[in-house]
Amino acid sequence: MAKPQRMRLNVNGGHFTVTVDPDMPLLYALRNDIGLNNPHFGCGLAQCGACTVHVNGKAIRSCVTPVGSVRGKKVVTLTGLGTPEKPHPVQTAFVEEQVPQCGYCINGWIMTAAEMLNKNPKLSDKQIRAGLKGLKCRCGTHFAILKAVKRAAKAMAS
Amino acid sequence: MTNMISPKDFEVSRRDLLKGAGALVVVMGAQPVVGSKKAAAKTRGAKAMGFGSKVKPKLIPDQLDSFIAIRADGKVTAFFGKMDMGQGLDVAISQIIAEELDVAFEKVTTLMSDTGTSVNQGGASGSFGVKWGGRTMRVIAAEARRVLVEEAAKRLGVKAARLEVNDGVVSVKGDMSKKVSYADILQGNYFNHKLTWNKKLGNRLYSHGKAKPKAVKDYRIVGKPFPRIDVAGKVFGTTDFVTDIKVPGMVHGRVIHPTRAGSKLKGYDASSIKHIKGVRVVQKKDFIAVVADNEWDAVQAARDLKVHWTGGGKKPFGRQEDLYDHIRNAPVIKQKNRFKGGDVDKALAGAAKVLAAEFEFPFQSHASMGPACAVVDAGANPVMLWTGSQKSHYTSYGVAKMLKMPKGSVRGIWVPGPGSYGRNDAGDAAMQAALLSKEVGKPVRVQGMRHEGTGWDPKAPASVHFCRGGLDAQGNVIAYEFISKAFDRQNVRSNESQPRDNLAGQALGAKLKPRKFFSEPENIYNIPDYRLGWKVIPPFLDRNSPLRTSHLRDPIGPQIQFASEQFHDELAEAAGMDPVAYRLKYLRTKRDRALITAVAEKAGWKPRVGPRKGQGGKNTVSGRGIAYARRSGSKVAVIAEVEVDTRSGQIWVRKFTVSHECGLIINPDGLTLTIQGNVVMALSRVIYEEVMFGPDEVTSIDWDTYPIAESPDTPEAVDVVLINRPDKPSMGAGEPSTRPVSGAIANAFYDATGVRMRTAPMTPARVKAALAKG
Ligand code: FES
Ligand code: FES
Repeated sequence: MAKPQRMRLNVNGGHFTVTVDPDMPLLYALRNDIGLNNPHFGCGLAQCGACTVHVNGKAIRSCVTPVGSVRGKKVVTLTGLGTPEKPHPVQTAFVEEQVPQCGYCINGWIMTAAEMLNKNPKLSDKQIRAGLKGLKCRCGTHFAILKAVKRAAKAMAS
Repeated sequence: MTNMISPKDFEVSRRDLLKGAGALVVVMGAQPVVGSKKAAAKTRGAKAMGFGSKVKPKLIPDQLDSFIAIRADGKVTAFFGKMDMGQGLDVAISQIIAEELDVAFEKVTTLMSDTGTSVNQGGASGSFGVKWGGRTMRVIAAEARRVLVEEAAKRLGVKAARLEVNDGVVSVKGDMSKKVSYADILQGNYFNHKLTWNKKLGNRLYSHGKAKPKAVKDYRIVGKPFPRIDVAGKVFGTTDFVTDIKVPGMVHGRVIHPTRAGSKLKGYDASSIKHIKGVRVVQKKDFIAVVADNEWDAVQAARDLKVHWTGGGKKPFGRQEDLYDHIRNAPVIKQKNRFKGGDVDKALAGAAKVLAAEFEFPFQSHASMGPACAVVDAGANPVMLWTGSQKSHYTSYGVAKMLKMPKGSVRGIWVPGPGSYGRNDAGDAAMQAALLSKEVGKPVRVQGMRHEGTGWDPKAPASVHFCRGGLDAQGNVIAYEFISKAFDRQNVRSNESQPRDNLAGQALGAKLKPRKFFSEPENIYNIPDYRLGWKVIPPFLDRNSPLRTSHLRDPIGPQIQFASEQFHDELAEAAGMDPVAYRLKYLRTKRDRALITAVAEKAGWKPRVGPRKGQGGKNTVSGRGIAYARRSGSKVAVIAEVEVDTRSGQIWVRKFTVSHECGLIINPDGLTLTIQGNVVMALSRVIYEEVMFGPDEVTSIDWDTYPIAESPDTPEAVDVVLINRPDKPSMGAGEPSTRPVSGAIANAFYDATGVRMRTAPMTPARVKAALAKG
């Protein structure tokens, strides 16, 4: 266990000063020190995606990312991605397709799909399926998820 | 968004809530409020007097106010003792209530499963949300309308029969100027109106008044699609889950499970965690946990603490590869042949042709999306419990018992958890948090790690199914026997009202009371001589077992239908019949057969006898299969179209066609999404899921070792045919479409390959091996 350090984090455009073990996963800092609940603890093993956030625009698994490693980088969580007033197209599509059941996994799917489509919305069905591999949804909402991601892709490509 | 909350947040008086004074404090995603201590003190001793009383009657199922409130602004709040697991049950209940009360749907809010505001209607259970919960709420809403209209009649000086209601305004038919609104009548006060209650709690609770609900032909809201209420919060990250509850002074507890199942706790080495400051170890009998102010400290302490366990080495589970032989050879502790007709043994002995087959289905894990979490403040009055358990009323009883307090002393608030499909690990977390909170004198939040969620949650029982069938010389099926031999489907009960059914209670030595039962297929095929039954075997390990068994979505449905629907296809082939024609011939009722016709038409089924084999390309063969099931009155037929990669053994279900009948449909959109989710979870279970274990531990403990369906497994299409039966009462939909999926996929696989899969799951490795054997 490393000694706690004071560090400044840039999250959703705001600056937060926290004093934490730099080896602690970013997820715990976001949830407990900064109070952002939308990334969830699903596995802590980079196997499910429930904890996904964007770091400098890239979707990463915050449960295995040491908080110390994101100093000086821009962290964006689901609430920073979009709001009901200014939604990201992926969020709009997830509402339109009424995707979530329990909703615990949804953060991972939206954040991963958003990064994927931000880079290139012109993806085939196969590419979308491959791009979302590794994410888990225990409730089985896969069918609605794929519909929503394709809807978002279409909206973003046009 | 941070959520520091205190029990005080829940103490805004319900009167404020009813007055609509902007005091509908929505805490943790729409949790309501109960009377404040002050308000309670003021009204203590005061009796609720007459209609429109200012004093709230007691929260008892024989009071209308226990279910419905009309606020001063005309909005309606329903207090429902069940909850929605993400399938829109709250929307359906609001529709039913809006319909009966004749108010706009938008005016109704359904609050769920807070023991402080709702009576125990059983929680999420058996897909009874609409079937029983909705039935009760419907007659109660109708009674609320009746008493409001009677009161209006008095005020307007006309007969009630001359009145009509439009969006909560009662007026004289043909003279809209003579009117009074619900809000004006009640002015935020209470009905104080008695109902007739059947004196039952849970699923069977039923209370009613004199009113007759509306005729279905007059429905304007029921049967229409309304969107879910909870979707936006989940998509924009503003919904709080049980994992997000934070209470002032809260500390973090982490429970440590034995590394070897069946071992006893001897002690621990405190120095092993001295590098982590401020951690307290709590040990009681075989229960051990760490508590720390900071979650990360607790996580590390639980990981690093050296705990000494003894008495291992018993190797209770034997070898995984011997599982099904173990079941075959194990003693039977209980058995039942629920459905019997004629003399099946005699009929089989005299049959021209006899078929016999055995099928095997493994233990499966809930593997909820996150390990369970609960927060308990044992020092509060009442004791506060926040839980994701789908039976929060029962969980609150269990926590009270754990704390040796009377049943009503715990306020259990349901907060959406990381998924729930029956009796998962949620109740275990609640008991653990209760025990720890009492020990350390602070509110305690408990959450597990992934390996605890998947490794230690209750499992769906493993089973072997024995099928025999006989045909006469003309090819008629004349005898059918289906006997399952299996682990108990409720070695721990499906509700958490008893510490003995939870890990913490078991670690403390609670006396056990397993239920010892299984299930049989529904008696839906019309075959003259039959016997459908089950035998239950003892658990490997009676307590503190990572292989303890209980309910997982559609308990026993996937297991039984994997076997029975494959076996019926085998009988069809032996009879020289197409699987669809076979079901049309043998299914008992017209209502069953309607599902088969609908699904076959929608899917464009082409009759075949036996497998077509080899359809498709060189390395990919395709096939389609049908299966049918009933579940407590709901009826579902599924046609699966699969592609099998013969090199890798990978199965992909390209398309599902589902026909679904559950009586009167409340919300077609919600129903369709529910079905689409069910079939994917069910495909995951039959293609991938198998709890792996060693002689004294479960070894499938994360998503790598317990894989489930992922994005590439998503079907290209899930076509759903909803058969609406407005003339029949609504039945459940939360689980029934899970049921036939395993059989449909296995039958499609057989059509594609000519190979019968008699053991689930149909993993690539198992499929490859089966294809090699031919
Ligand atoms: S919680 Fe991070 S990937 Fe599962
Ligand atoms: S919606 Fe429940 S896990 Fe995905």
